[in-house]
Amino acid sequence: MSDPILTLRGVHTDIARYHILQGVDLAIPRGEVTMLLGRNGVGKTTTLRTVIGHWAVREGEILFGDRPIAHLSVADRARLGIGFVPEDMGIFSDLTVEENMVLAARSGRMDSARQDWIFATFPPLKTFWRSAAGTLSGGQKQMLSIARVMAEERQLYLIDEPTKGLAPAIISTMVGALRELKAQGASILLVEQNFAVAKALGDGVAVMENGRIAWTGTMAQLAADREAQESLMGLSMEAT
Amino acid sequence: MSAAPDHTPTMAAVALGERLAKAAPLLLVPVLVLAGYLAIGTTSSWLTLTVSGLAMGMMIFIMASGLTLVFGLMDVINFGHGAFISVGAFVGISVLLSLGAWTGAPSLALNVGAVMLAVFAAMVVTGLLGWGFERVIVRPVYGAHLKQILVTVGGLIVIEQMIHVIWGPDEIFLTRPEMLKGAVTFAGAAIEKYRLLAVAVGLVLFVLMRVVFRHTKVGLIVRAGVENGEMVQALGYRLRLVFVGVFIAGSALAGLGGVMWGLYQEVITAGMGEEMMILVFIVVIIGGLGSVEGAFIGALLVGLTQNYVAFLAPKLALISNIGLMTVILMWRPQGMLPVVKAK
Repeated sequence: MSDPILTLRGVHTDIARYHILQGVDLAIPRGEVTMLLGRNGVGKTTTLRTVIGHWAVREGEILFGDRPIAHLSVADRARLGIGFVPEDMGIFSDLTVEENMVLAARSGRMDSARQDWIFATFPPLKTFWRSAAGTLSGGQKQMLSIARVMAEERQLYLIDEPTKGLAPAIISTMVGALRELKAQGASILLVEQNFAVAKALGDGVAVMENGRIAWTGTMAQLAADREAQESLMGLSMEAT
Repeated sequence: MSAAPDHTPTMAAVALGERLAKAAPLLLVPVLVLAGYLAIGTTSSWLTLTVSGLAMGMMIFIMASGLTLVFGLMDVINFGHGAFISVGAFVGISVLLSLGAWTGAPSLALNVGAVMLAVFAAMVVTGLLGWGFERVIVRPVYGAHLKQILVTVGGLIVIEQMIHVIWGPDEIFLTRPEMLKGAVTFAGAAIEKYRLLAVAVGLVLFVLMRVVFRHTKVGLIVRAGVENGEMVQALGYRLRLVFVGVFIAGSALAGLGGVMWGLYQEVITAGMGEEMMILVFIVVIIGGLGSVEGAFIGALLVGLTQNYVAFLAPKLALISNIGLMTVILMWRPQGMLPVVKAK
């Protein structure tokens, strides 16, 4: 693999007195969707939060391109072009949909073409543009959380379980949006529990176990490796 | 695939009860004013007490607005906020005393000019003091509430002692500028001019804060930061810088409140800020942590309740505000308009 956009080398992260990440080694290729899979509690969300900087790296290094970023603040990492969609969506409920989007376009006003693209991808956001984000349904909030990282062009997207708890119709909208990002050459690191979505979107796969990367390969390889599916994730992808 | 969602969202009509529940805190002030009128009976007394209560409330709001934002943005409990009130009062009143020729002249322009200079000096000094306080005392204890309480109370004591060192241990008595003395008569009620000025300043400040918070990017960042600071940073905003700015502004507002409170009471002491902190904390708590609008309503309720109760049942005046807080928290345990979620 040439010139990964993100590299983690021997990353250890502690949360309070718990040692969560225990030496994560991972390389995310440019222009691909890399799925980060694994059972609950193996460290997927912690990995994303460590990359964006919400958790500090105790040991190891994180490279964004060639640049070490582990010492940078969350804001400075975001300014390098890393977009983050947290598992809880991180919507500002007391702000309107419009205000959420204005904040997301940090470097300036969102251009009309990009806004049209977002409205075409997520029509409810146009409908509720001036409504408080807290009044949106769960699916609409998730649309807003994805739309916020689409408000500006980013180098890397870290997205944590974007389809969690959503109805099938909304999931297909999410998959469509992520495919459009992918088609534009975006690099995405995506945590996902829905294997149908993972198969639909993923190019590469990294599977975590006990705070480490236990398996890496392509999505096609994982789909064909029933033993790896069962041992690493506890179920077969054929069922999905 | 660019599948548009095949569901058709609609905005369900909000039930009347739900709308009333949301607006209820906004209705509390007019309801209290009306109840005060019914209980007091005479229009002139009611009018005097109402303006007095509003003036007191506005000054408490000025002192409390910074504190609620500081807590909301960075989860910092700053007991040292009272020190900025005292320092503001001493600096401002010192400026006023040195401008005796202006304050004693029967000229509104000179009087207001002197007050504005005093307020400017107080806000600059307390703003700078706030900047130093954040850097030296608050910054090392982010995320540790117990330590925050200990070191900010320590900071409060040190600053109070410094006031004794600089201005001496005695209280300082003062008189208001010539044109701000006395009262105007309206509907048979004598209303002190200074109280009208305090109401006007409080209202202007509240409107200004609303404009900044609702219509500027910085205001958006502050509102979003109070709700979810982590996410604001993940969008690329350096929240710490915003917080330092809010801390400085909040300290300067406390200084402004100190000058106004000193002119209101016509006496200042090093411990005045500490004494005011009880009311300020009550306002921040019943308003809802992180909410400027909540602090505004809470401050007006505190001011009005204290004045009405002191007139109607003087023996109950001492516990009126604690009683108000108890009632509000039994109704809304997180305060009237909470912004910060339980942490």
